[in-house]
Amino acid sequence: MNERDLLLEKYSSRVFKNRKSHITQLEMSDEQDTITANTRAIPGIATARGCCYAGCKGVVVGPMKDAVTITHGPIGCAFYSWGTRRNKAKTEEGGKNFIPYSFCTDMRPTDIVFGGEKKLEEGIDEIMAIFNPKCIFICSTCPIGLIGDDVQAVAREVEKKYGIKAIGFSCEGYKGVSQSSGHHIANNGLMKQVIGTGDKKPMGKYSLNILGEYNIGGDGWEEERILKKIGYEIVSVFTGDGSYETMKNAHLADLNLVMCHRSINYVAQMMKTKYGIDWLKVNFIGIGATCKTLRMIAEYFQDTELIAKTEEVIAQELEAISDDMEYYRSMLKGKTAGIFTGGSRSHHYQSLLRDLGIETIIAGYEFAHRDDYEGRDIISEIKPDADSKNIEEIAVSRDEELYKERYSGEKLEELKEKGIEIDTYDGMFPDMKKGYMVVDDYNMFETDELIQTMKPDIFFSGIKDKYSIQKQGVVSRQLHSYDYSGPYAGFNGAVIFGRDVTMSIYTKAWVLTTPPWKTAALLGGRIGGEN
Amino acid sequence: MLELTPKEIMENRHITINPCKTCEPVGAMFCALGVENCMPHSHGSQGCCSYHRTVLSRHFKEPAMATSSSFTEGASVFGGRSNLTTAVKNIFDIYDPDIIAIHTTCLSETIGDDVGNYIMDLEVSDDKTVLYASTPSYEGSHIQGFSNMMIGIMKYMTQKAAVKSNRAAIFPGWVNPGDDRELKRIAGVMGVDYIYFPDHEGILETPMTGKYKYFPKGAGTSAADIKALGTAKKLIAMGHITSSEPAEFLDKQYKVPFSLIPMPIGVKLTDKYVMALREISHQEVPQTLEDERGRLVDLMLDSHTYTYNKTAAIYGDPDIVYSFTSLCIEMGMIPKYVITGTPKEEFTRQVSALLKEHGIDTGKCVIKADTDLFYLHQLIKNEPVDILIGSSYGKQIAKAENIPIIRMGFPVLDRYGNTIQPTVGYAGAIRYVEKITCALMDKVDAEAKDEDFDVVM
Repeated sequence: MNERDLLLEKYSSRVFKNRKSHITQLEMSDEQDTITANTRAIPGIATARGCCYAGCKGVVVGPMKDAVTITHGPIGCAFYSWGTRRNKAKTEEGGKNFIPYSFCTDMRPTDIVFGGEKKLEEGIDEIMAIFNPKCIFICSTCPIGLIGDDVQAVAREVEKKYGIKAIGFSCEGYKGVSQSSGHHIANNGLMKQVIGTGDKKPMGKYSLNILGEYNIGGDGWEEERILKKIGYEIVSVFTGDGSYETMKNAHLADLNLVMCHRSINYVAQMMKTKYGIDWLKVNFIGIGATCKTLRMIAEYFQDTELIAKTEEVIAQELEAISDDMEYYRSMLKGKTAGIFTGGSRSHHYQSLLRDLGIETIIAGYEFAHRDDYEGRDIISEIKPDADSKNIEEIAVSRDEELYKERYSGEKLEELKEKGIEIDTYDGMFPDMKKGYMVVDDYNMFETDELIQTMKPDIFFSGIKDKYSIQKQGVVSRQLHSYDYSGPYAGFNGAVIFGRDVTMSIYTKAWVLTTPPWKTAALLGGRIGGEN
Repeated sequence: MLELTPKEIMENRHITINPCKTCEPVGAMFCALGVENCMPHSHGSQGCCSYHRTVLSRHFKEPAMATSSSFTEGASVFGGRSNLTTAVKNIFDIYDPDIIAIHTTCLSETIGDDVGNYIMDLEVSDDKTVLYASTPSYEGSHIQGFSNMMIGIMKYMTQKAAVKSNRAAIFPGWVNPGDDRELKRIAGVMGVDYIYFPDHEGILETPMTGKYKYFPKGAGTSAADIKALGTAKKLIAMGHITSSEPAEFLDKQYKVPFSLIPMPIGVKLTDKYVMALREISHQEVPQTLEDERGRLVDLMLDSHTYTYNKTAAIYGDPDIVYSFTSLCIEMGMIPKYVITGTPKEEFTRQVSALLKEHGIDTGKCVIKADTDLFYLHQLIKNEPVDILIGSSYGKQIAKAENIPIIRMGFPVLDRYGNTIQPTVGYAGAIRYVEKITCALMDKVDAEAKDEDFDVVM
């Protein structure tokens, strides 16, 4: 029996029926591998998933540093999403940085009964008086939709009253089936109301947006460092260390790079339709992946000078880290790993781990869709269900004034032929081997079972799993917030990651787990014949 | 850091900025984790459960088990009965606890889900218990959620008793596992046989063995003990705000008289605990405990030159803040700002009374409930303090204003080892007197000129 069947066998028939299509052991049957994703979690199963609010406020809009993000609801959600994700942000010269702050209407019983709009408005007046921000986001928590507070209407009033940008997001926790719905709602809001409202043209020859980079542990800064060294101008980053001020001009960039496909692909697609900007699915996690990404970007622009400069930078960077990487590879080669993360990293990190000689034998996502596993080609096969239908799909059309075709359809095909992955993503499956396990919407029980049957040397997950994994004697590191470390992206990040994984595998305390008296016999007592 | 925070204070602000409290359900989840073989269950959206498990894991550096009803839009419209019924079946099937302790959320409360009724209709085998507590996030704070879950558990499990036993009951309030161990040790030393509820010793601090169990064996208050709470001859309940409602409930329903005392932090408040135990066991205080106390007082006298008249900002949950205020006073310090986010006005009255009792001019101090860390920072910008004492979130203020910070209470997200050691008792106070004194002395050292830099102190 393979590990998948061993795991599923332990479930009751009711749970088995649901979970069997969410767990795929690759290439174990003659049929094409497939997976069920983005459907409801089973109540009571201890899913790792969060909610729509977490996806909207926590992931996408929260990291925008010059915006005041107000959590409209009781205090909890604002508290839990305050400084807990490690999306780093630097204060710009003369700019405002609200990342260390948490704003909440802190609703009380009377607000639930009589409505909280007035309190929200009063709160915004106070925020304007104290901080005078240029942009305000209002994120709704569960009760808001139920009691009928209209955050969009409040936002419109704020725009009129103060002449600033204000957006209401109806991202109540119960919407959709995971954080994913919140990403979509956030993408829609930014697309409708922020992107395209600025007119500051980039100065550089080639300009980029980095989409789906949240700057956890400073990842985005390492990416920017490399890209700027080659000569690119970064117009905006969605949304780590990002800002309303720069996002306004995102439509004027030459190309979109997409890091986290799951959380931001909506914006990439809509910008393609509306402004003609192509997007490349990139990966800065891993040396090989970073080199490939940099080469693809240079190739996209078809500029021999740029291509040469890219090779020069790659050579310099590789030279600088090769000794360190060689050392960490010597320490880690042959190990196996499991990765459970949100919707992108379980794929991204396989490249970096492979650079270090580690195979990823278990990979899973909390809130991915089928295309994140199987590639975008299958999108047309995905049937919308009651939950996904509740999330608004906005239709955008070509902006006649601002639309600029970068390449003709023919030329794009030609570039794709050359291996430049434009407007596409092949998902995680193709990078994994036969027998490896892929789990959608993983839970506590499955994590523990797979550790027992597949015995990975190290398991990457989030804080909720970290300690239960570690207590089983398996090294665990957080890939959501990087255990207070990072960056892990790019060339320098790869070394830091190698150092961190080596540290956790070789730390001395592991050998202390078993006390000496557990393995040494107790000699004592009386020998026969003695008095 | 926090450079956008202005000095000018806006009175009666509606918007909460940088909260000093969180919501009821996490308190309920934490409380239920202190019961043997018990799965806390969050009846609401998945995000609540995920956030609560996250903050508990980050504070304790331990797994925090809990499940969710995983509400979708449909459940929010039609009610969560079917989600709850499925959840209960699945939890027993997969994780096999003896007890499922359900708490509500702002979502299930707003739609008016009648959880009490739902669970009456469940088919649950005789050796299993499903219980619930109402914890609407828009009321009170996490502290209230903790109390509500204590009452919820007792309501469903504690039995009426015609005859009292020789055991006492102890409600520790919201404390860390290191505190549970210390409070039980003192009760043992004082010869008191007790039921201790809830009990996180051995649960949110499991030893590293290479094996992981969802429910650590023999840890947490047992179902038998919870059932027998009604037989207790006397209850010692700690923390006026956390434990008063559960204590009153036990008294009213099961006729268990109680002494409500502050969290035993520092000399005088630990004395109160010892005296309350002495009253129960009628046993003299053993020399070993008196020696512990003596060492603490000796330490306070030794170090007073560095703490006397130093000002402190103490913030966090009401009971621990009250008791730390008392400890600071014993160290000769001035508790200049005493703040909680929990909306309980008793807090202000209690702390004011404590200050007056020690002859401290309350006019020079700010004591406030239902407020936030933004306000505390503004107070400090107007008149600074020498030290901050409270949760990890104060570190932003500490950095902004170059003030040393001592972490205590909940949550401590950015330091290790705190929760397995005591804060309560003479031992806990020895630990904190050392921490506070060291922090103040480190600052003196760091800022001393070379010619003033002393090796001896």
